Amino acid sequence: MKFLAAHRRSPLFAPSLLTIALVSVGGAYAVVSSSQTAQAADAGQVAIDEGNKLYLTGCTSCHGMQAQGSVNGPTLIGVGAASVHFQVATGRMPLAAPGAQAMAKEPQYSADETAQLAAYVASLAPGPAIPTAEQLDYEDADIAEGGVLFRVNCAQCHQAAGQGGALTQGKYAPSLMDATPQELYEAMVSGPQSMPVFSNGTLPVEEKKAIIAYVSELQDAPNPGGLSLGRLGPVTEGLFLWTAVFAALIGAAVWIGIKAR
Amino acid sequence: MSDLTPHDAHVNAPERLGYSPVADVPHALRMADTDPRAARRAERQVAAMFMLSMLLTVAFVIAYMTIDKTSIIYIPVFGDVGTSTFVLGLTLGAAIFLIGAGAIQWAKKLMPDVEVVQDRHELASPASADQEALANYDRGKAESGFARFKLIRRTLIGALALFPIALLIPLRDLWTAPAGSPSPADLLSVTLWHDGLRIVTDPSLTPIKPEDLPIGGLVSAIPEDLEEVQEIEGNMNARTKAAIILVRMDPADIRAQQGDGWDYQGIVAFSKICTHVGCPIALYEQRTHHLLCPCHQSTFDLADAGNVVFGPAARRMPQLPIGVDEEGFLVARSDFAEPVGPSFWERG
Amino acid sequence: MSEASTIEKAGGGVATYVDQRTGSNKFLARNLGKVFPDHWSFMLGEIALYSFIVVLITGTFLTFFYKPSMIEVVYDGSYVPLKGILMSEAYASSLDISFDVRGGLLIRQMHHWAALIFIAAMAVHMFRVFFTGAFRKPREFNWLIGVVLVTLGLVAGFSGYSLPDDLLSGTGLQITRGIAQAIPVIGTWATFLLFDGQFPGNDFISRLYSVHILLIPGLILALVTVHLMLVWTQKHTQFPGPGRTNENVVGYPLMPVYMAKAGGFFFIVFGIIALIGGLVTINPIWIFGPFMPDQVSAGSQPDWYMGFLDGALRMMPNWETNLFDWWTISWNILIPAVIVPGILFTGLALYPFIEAWVTGDKKEHHLLDRPRNNPTRTGFGVMAITFYGLLWIGGGNDIIATSFDLTINSITWFLRIAIFIIPPIMFVVTRRICLGLQRRDRDKLLHGYESGRVLRLPHGEFIEVHEPISIKEKAVIMSKTDITPLPAPERRDAAGVRNKRFHLQNVQHKLSAFFYAENIAKPSAAEIEAAEHHVAHEAALEAPLHNYEDADQISAFHGGVLHHPGMPQTNAEQLAERTQA
Repeated sequence: MKFLAAHRRSPLFAPSLLTIALVSVGGAYAVVSSSQTAQAADAGQVAIDEGNKLYLTGCTSCHGMQAQGSVNGPTLIGVGAASVHFQVATGRMPLAAPGAQAMAKEPQYSADETAQLAAYVASLAPGPAIPTAEQLDYEDADIAEGGVLFRVNCAQCHQAAGQGGALTQGKYAPSLMDATPQELYEAMVSGPQSMPVFSNGTLPVEEKKAIIAYVSELQDAPNPGGLSLGRLGPVTEGLFLWTAVFAALIGAAVWIGIKAR
Repeated sequence: MSDLTPHDAHVNAPERLGYSPVADVPHALRMADTDPRAARRAERQVAAMFMLSMLLTVAFVIAYMTIDKTSIIYIPVFGDVGTSTFVLGLTLGAAIFLIGAGAIQWAKKLMPDVEVVQDRHELASPASADQEALANYDRGKAESGFARFKLIRRTLIGALALFPIALLIPLRDLWTAPAGSPSPADLLSVTLWHDGLRIVTDPSLTPIKPEDLPIGGLVSAIPEDLEEVQEIEGNMNARTKAAIILVRMDPADIRAQQGDGWDYQGIVAFSKICTHVGCPIALYEQRTHHLLCPCHQSTFDLADAGNVVFGPAARRMPQLPIGVDEEGFLVARSDFAEPVGPSFWERG
Repeated sequence: MSEASTIEKAGGGVATYVDQRTGSNKFLARNLGKVFPDHWSFMLGEIALYSFIVVLITGTFLTFFYKPSMIEVVYDGSYVPLKGILMSEAYASSLDISFDVRGGLLIRQMHHWAALIFIAAMAVHMFRVFFTGAFRKPREFNWLIGVVLVTLGLVAGFSGYSLPDDLLSGTGLQITRGIAQAIPVIGTWATFLLFDGQFPGNDFISRLYSVHILLIPGLILALVTVHLMLVWTQKHTQFPGPGRTNENVVGYPLMPVYMAKAGGFFFIVFGIIALIGGLVTINPIWIFGPFMPDQVSAGSQPDWYMGFLDGALRMMPNWETNLFDWWTISWNILIPAVIVPGILFTGLALYPFIEAWVTGDKKEHHLLDRPRNNPTRTGFGVMAITFYGLLWIGGGNDIIATSFDLTINSITWFLRIAIFIIPPIMFVVTRRICLGLQRRDRDKLLHGYESGRVLRLPHGEFIEVHEPISIKEKAVIMSKTDITPLPAPERRDAAGVRNKRFHLQNVQHKLSAFFYAENIAKPSAAEIEAAEHHVAHEAALEAPLHNYEDADQISAFHGGVLHHPGMPQTNAEQLAERTQA
């Protein structure tokens, strides 16, 4: 797990930063376009139109022609840009196959296209916007406070170490080990799929930052005690005990019993 | 075994002690039994293990004194681990392991590997001992007069039977309840909640306005005065009973509630403590309105009065009636109508 | 030499000094040459003993730093993500052990790993004792002590798991409280006594601490001592083999071989525990955070040995009875957490007595059974392990669900049904396998093993040459004792007096018939002799075709016995051979 996290960090960090930057710019345009100059408004409108085109080709079978929703998918009116960006940038949408829940996979849309889709959906009705760089700046956040908030609000589903856990009927809370700050923020404000919404009213931005700081601490945390065993708790510890440890102990016992040559 | 031709006197040592090797089994000699060079090799091997063990113990001491306890090191396969723990464990473990490995190698290669036979003896005592024991018992019985002195015998039995009560009775104050304290069942049946008590977020203690909580939202909440009570009581007993979750759903989704109008515009409040064995629950799925306990997977439907839909819990999750105060903040409208948490005998 | 003699001289001086005051030399005279049989499975109990010693050593170290107090303090140690957080002194001191005491984390992890190994090794040791019938007369007491030790081990482990007062351990305590509270009539009061009032109270950690470091280890230590003294006086059982009978012990003398091997194994177990303690994380309490009664982590599980209880709780349907709207009986808790473990452990404790009653066997047994030679017992054992294993799976069903794309609901439903179906199936299957192995043993004994060499006889017939099995294998197979089930009782004896115990004896007879059903009889002496003639005949036919010596199946070793059918090599021959080379 640790190796994966470390491995992921280096090659993907730059692209994901780039994505954040691009999408933030796109999102910011989309959200604040109304108060901008005519030119900027035009640029915003272009994004919305492009997003609409992408929407009509890729999303209507489930979410309906007017994003009103259908039996196959919920309405997108009012879900906001944050939700669209979270679902599309993590590859959860478009859905590969119907199942208990949409799984994260390779994104199907480029960063630009994602921003356009988000802009289109945001134009339908107000909803949680894509977080600004300031909202994601967790440098000064209090990690320890984030830990407390994490245990109150997140650990029950995502597990104390952020490794994820099971929900009912095959649904699950995913691991947070690969989640970017932006994804974490967007998930909290938009409440994707089974996840409840943690609005800024009950969980202010400062507290969200603290949670993000704590999660990134978990992502980078070393294992002072040695091999982490996936940080899954006593189940993997028991498994290790009954396989590796007992193989060693019984192996030694057998060695003692074998006659020397 | 006549065909044993020991290379060394010690092979026969057990025989001198009165044991005999197993009959009829040919015994394979080891290299070290026949080749003095192999024996020397084995000796050096064992000594090398003990030597290495000594060096590793020295290494342990050096590591203990020099490695900073907070330093982290990258080790392939293991990842980023604590340097101190890793090195100390490695040196200590190997030092101890090598003592064992050396001793066993010594036994296997250089000590005799001829199995010897020893007879078992019957475990039961011989009849003479039985009789002697019985005779002694009878003598003791007669001399003490245990059979004769009926009064002594009975009072002794009585005294012995009674005195343990004196040892057990003081255990009563394992629970030092103040005089006039309510019974356990009564204590378990009340929480801090009462009419008008504000609901605040945990751990930030912020009062909540209904508009702060969007549909699909979840808040872990506590009574406004909880921290104060905890301060006075010096424990978390009140928290264990009073913790709640608030969720907001589309009022149209609410199929049933435990009391008429116990929600506030689709916001419902439920105890956070599982009715099975008392784990805190907040695994709320906003689409299905199901609440899942991570411990034993009891599942409650919050849109249907908190009823159990799966798992071992027998009782619905108690609902807290809520409303808003004059300042527009969410408040409780009474205590829970039933005891929260796991069942107990007197609960009814 | 002079160094050795100096040590000897000093040692001799001490021995005399002690002997004059204790008479210890009489004990040494009797016991330095005491013989212990050698087999790897006899070391499983040693693993338990040695890991317990490691637990005691590391545990003592931990007590110097741990503070069993629930008083709230603000954490100010080196672990940054918890700095400034309110927590109990117990948790803060556990963090200090992990981060601020040099070597503290190593010792804490060694303690925890050793505790897990202790209980697991007891379980595996128990399996060995069970499946080989080592619990039979005269060792029933030791079996009972063992069952009590396992139970105490569970309590010791669980009480230790709960001491750090992190979120995971506190969740375990919360569940314990829920279970205690479910006990009818006295449950509520008992819980209030345990916790000094309501959960979590102020005192439970310190109370648990006395239980964990004094009461339970004291009992374990006392019982382990008795356990070992009984092994000593009764002498160890042995597996069947050449020269091994019910009346002797074949093995190595205490001094020096057994001493070196058992002593060496202590250091090996200790060393392995230290290595794992330093290299593999166990219970990273800093990740779970301090205990709060209203917080929980997904995947909250107990240590492995309590997993079966958690699994049982999970798969139990939600039954509860309400008596007159006044009293509550929580079957959903009582059955999985009290009744089922109660039956499991009582059955375990009583098994030797039940088996002895059913079989009517009153003899002493020092020669171990091979599991196949007692198919019913082996079947029961596998059935019980399967039952336990299914409960165990239930305890990890969330991790299994997320790892293998299953749903917790379907796993739970599967287990609810499987728990009644799979164990009996395993019983039947195991018994069939055992009987099959018995049949193969009989064939081997009568016909030898198939050498793979096909021979064409002068008159054109093809035969496969069978080799006789080794002396050792023969002795092992012949160790089987054929037992006949108890006879059916008579309603009246010869004098016409009514047999008052008829019904009980009839039950015994039926169970005994079931216990020994279908057992494969060992071949008679005449059959073996006839078979030996046959093999010798085949060998004679083959002899002229090629040199038997060349076809020698490379001297394979079987526990020190040279496997060389028909022609054992003496030590003198071996020596001569090697001198030539």
